[in-house]
Amino acid sequence: MSLCSAPRPGRALRQRLSGLARPCPAAHPPAMGLLSDPQCRRALARLLLRLNTPLCVLSYLAGLTWFLLLPALAPRTYLSENAMGSTMVGEGSDLGPRALALARDFGAHKRKVGGMPVEWLEQTMFQLGLEVHRQPFSRTLPFPDEAHERYLVRGTNVFGVLRAPRAASTEALLLLVPGSEGSKNNQAVGLLLALAGYCRGQVYWAKDLIFLVTEHDLLGTQAWLEAYHDVNLTGIHSGGVPGRAGAIQAALALELSSDVLTSVDVAVEGLNGQVPNLDLLTLFHSFCLKSGLLCTFQGKLPPPEGPSGPGYAQSLRTMGLMVLGQAGGGPGGAHGLFLRFRIEALTLRGINSFRQHKFHLGALGRTLEGMFRKLNNLLERLHQSYFLYLLPSLSRFVSIGSYMPALGLLLLVLALRALDLWMRLSRSDEGEGDPPPEEARGGLLWLLPPILVSGGAGAALYLLPVRGQAVATQHFPVGEAEAVVLALIGIYVAGMALPHSTHRALSGGGQRGWMTLKLLALLALALLLTCLALLNFSLGFLLGATLVPPAAAVRPGGSRLPLAVLLVLTTPGLSLFLAVLLERELLEAPAGLGEAWQRFLGALGQGLLQEHLHGAHLSPLLCLGAYPCWLLLWNVLFWK
Amino acid sequence: MSIERCCGNNKTMSGHFFLIAEKSKLYFTFQDQAEQFFRSGHTNNWAVLVCTSRFWFNYRHVANTLSVYRSVKRLGIPDSHIVLMLADDMACNPRNPKPATVFSHKNMELNVYGDDVEVDYRSYEVTVENFLRVLTGRIPPSTPRSKRLLSDDRSNILIYMTGHGGNGFLKFQDSEEITNVELADAFEQMWQKRRYNELLFIIDTCQGASMYERFYSPNIMALASSQVGEDSLSHQPDLEIGVHLMDRYTFYVLEFLEEIHPASQTNMNDLFQVCPKSLCVSTPGHRTDLFQRDPQNVLITDFFGSVRKVEITTGALALDRDVAALESNCL
Repeated sequence: MSLCSAPRPGRALRQRLSGLARPCPAAHPPAMGLLSDPQCRRALARLLLRLNTPLCVLSYLAGLTWFLLLPALAPRTYLSENAMGSTMVGEGSDLGPRALALARDFGAHKRKVGGMPVEWLEQTMFQLGLEVHRQPFSRTLPFPDEAHERYLVRGTNVFGVLRAPRAASTEALLLLVPGSEGSKNNQAVGLLLALAGYCRGQVYWAKDLIFLVTEHDLLGTQAWLEAYHDVNLTGIHSGGVPGRAGAIQAALALELSSDVLTSVDVAVEGLNGQVPNLDLLTLFHSFCLKSGLLCTFQGKLPPPEGPSGPGYAQSLRTMGLMVLGQAGGGPGGAHGLFLRFRIEALTLRGINSFRQHKFHLGALGRTLEGMFRKLNNLLERLHQSYFLYLLPSLSRFVSIGSYMPALGLLLLVLALRALDLWMRLSRSDEGEGDPPPEEARGGLLWLLPPILVSGGAGAALYLLPVRGQAVATQHFPVGEAEAVVLALIGIYVAGMALPHSTHRALSGGGQRGWMTLKLLALLALALLLTCLALLNFSLGFLLGATLVPPAAAVRPGGSRLPLAVLLVLTTPGLSLFLAVLLERELLEAPAGLGEAWQRFLGALGQGLLQEHLHGAHLSPLLCLGAYPCWLLLWNVLFWK
Repeated sequence: MSIERCCGNNKTMSGHFFLIAEKSKLYFTFQDQAEQFFRSGHTNNWAVLVCTSRFWFNYRHVANTLSVYRSVKRLGIPDSHIVLMLADDMACNPRNPKPATVFSHKNMELNVYGDDVEVDYRSYEVTVENFLRVLTGRIPPSTPRSKRLLSDDRSNILIYMTGHGGNGFLKFQDSEEITNVELADAFEQMWQKRRYNELLFIIDTCQGASMYERFYSPNIMALASSQVGEDSLSHQPDLEIGVHLMDRYTFYVLEFLEEIHPASQTNMNDLFQVCPKSLCVSTPGHRTDLFQRDPQNVLITDFFGSVRKVEITTGALALDRDVAALESNCL
């Protein structure tokens, strides 16, 4: 009612409205609401149509600003789980010397065997008093992995179980070292074995402890997890896991390749952008503070306390790196594979940089001991704290309630544009106001070809590169991995030529045609982004930030060049390239274009591989979701 | 004795007067002693000790209750007169680095669990329903004797409760609560059924004073570790066991009780002074308006011990025929 009878803000607006809408007569029944009264509804509609573009721009800028303000307003982390918060730990271990000795042994036997020294590991774990098992696995990759130089993978995982002395083996905690070739992670294995020996001498374990050393890092971990939970998600052939220890409550993955360390970097993002429960991270951070160990996140030092310009910039950079890592959707370490099974896990990487203050392995050993002792006090799975969050630093967090409005404001733009199109289309049906757009010939049938073609292009992009490897190797004189990646890029670019080639086939539609097509494209994009908001907010936000402006702005007619440039700049493929550049920039190791191109190709290959090896969602989402939406917009731009 | 022998030989008038005077003096001494005998009005002591928490991180509540149990036993109340309700999952918890023990002090000298603990209601039997049934006596006939509070109208009962509480309620084992109204009604039922002579209620939880706000039955004295809006704090953090071993209020109450022995004449006013704000951080409170005697005259051992009053007389005391007058004098 107020819109019809209260004073209006602008004179031109007022004139227009008074010209179009009669003031609501007093004879109206009092129960008539704002939206059910036709006069008011029409006035509202016209207001929306008139103010559409400013509202869209405002909403988009508000969404970006909201996101950029998040690091400044993030609250401190706190430990929510009472079983961990109200108990305390006095660490008594000194694992340094023993860990180093075992690491040297492990390294020597690894060189002797030329791979994973399975017998030596079994024997050592047995002597420490654990219940030892081995688990073989094998997998043929869809195409050779250039980064790790492997194609046909065969390996053995070795793990030892420390049974809780006075408890039924219903729950377990896991310490994992992803074994690699060369001298990587030797010290981590040494620390694992030393910790196992220490823990064997304690009587206060209420959960079993599993000490796992995997071969071929992530592949071995995936094989072990699938066999432990008796599922087959990725087609890996693995032998069964004979020694079960109950449901795993929490897991820690350790990577350490030096005798001393200057800092510990913690990796939080996992497969498909999942993160562990915030309590696990807060627990680790509290132990860092207690032991004086320097803990970094995303390779960045903690920002200084108190509000400050540099502090805000550092927080923003750290959060940006986390967002990029989550959007990429790859497992950020061995811990990333656990999150799918709802096992809270972190990866701890020992870094040895040029800092002067070094820590011995004993410090890290005490931290691990303390963490396991605290996790031992748990009675239920970690569930009290947040499962979805962003971290500007280790001591501050942004919860889902704080960051979701940013994406909501971006989606509002799409909703406003779709409403605008819908009203214009339906107004042309009613035949009032502006002259109706040209009638279409043949009904809605002309909508089908663009949709089918876009979907088909997406499907081709998803299926052909990997399946058509053989064909690709014939056409390009390069290795299989590069052939796959180049085929991917080729099909992508070919899709951009489609509107020109398909437009000769279809005809008609007119203005109504492109408006309906754009409406459908907007709805599809909105649907995709809404789903992504729940599954992987970071990916949704980055896609939204790049695709929403062209989706709102695109229309045929007029000068197509600026819009074409905008669309090309925001295509998902180029967004990925820019994301690689941005990541290097945020890591303060900026890359030139050539290096960035190489990294981009590597990222494409890894993305395809991860989909097959671990079930990552980035590849299907981009190929079957974002790319067809973008192609539809491209079609709208070149509408005749 | 010598007076009688003297009087027996000398049957003069002065001797008779002397005899009467001496006999009446003896009579008044015994009367004083008899008065003292009936001063408190109770003939037996009971204790109901309740720990309402379970789980490893509530170790201190079990240690609280067991320490009070030990003191009460030391001062004379036997196991048959103690109803102990504990979750009892501390001593044999797999997380206990010292299995089969519960300690209440960092020096770990005294194992309050010991070999002779008799827990009457253990584990999931510690519920609000069982607690109220114990207090009111509405117990199924199959309940064993050790689980019953067989008090009568001459019993002094000590009720000690500890756990997690809030404003007006006490949490029982993470699944239910007892409100202060329920507790007050239970005590009124006890009074109506003549199940106690005097009752001392001690509670060591957060906002404990809210639990005794609603009492309305006579002869109840109540103490609490903190006022409404305050938290009761824990004490004795021990890194080896990994938990807090005691709560502050009970720790200082027990320190106070260490000084008490069965013949102590310490009274309740001293107990009210235990644990001032400087030591306890919270403000302990007490309520004596429902209690008929002056707390000055109430001995600690009236509730915490089971003192049998025995007066050894060397002579025979002929009680006055006028029993009614005698009773009205004594009471």
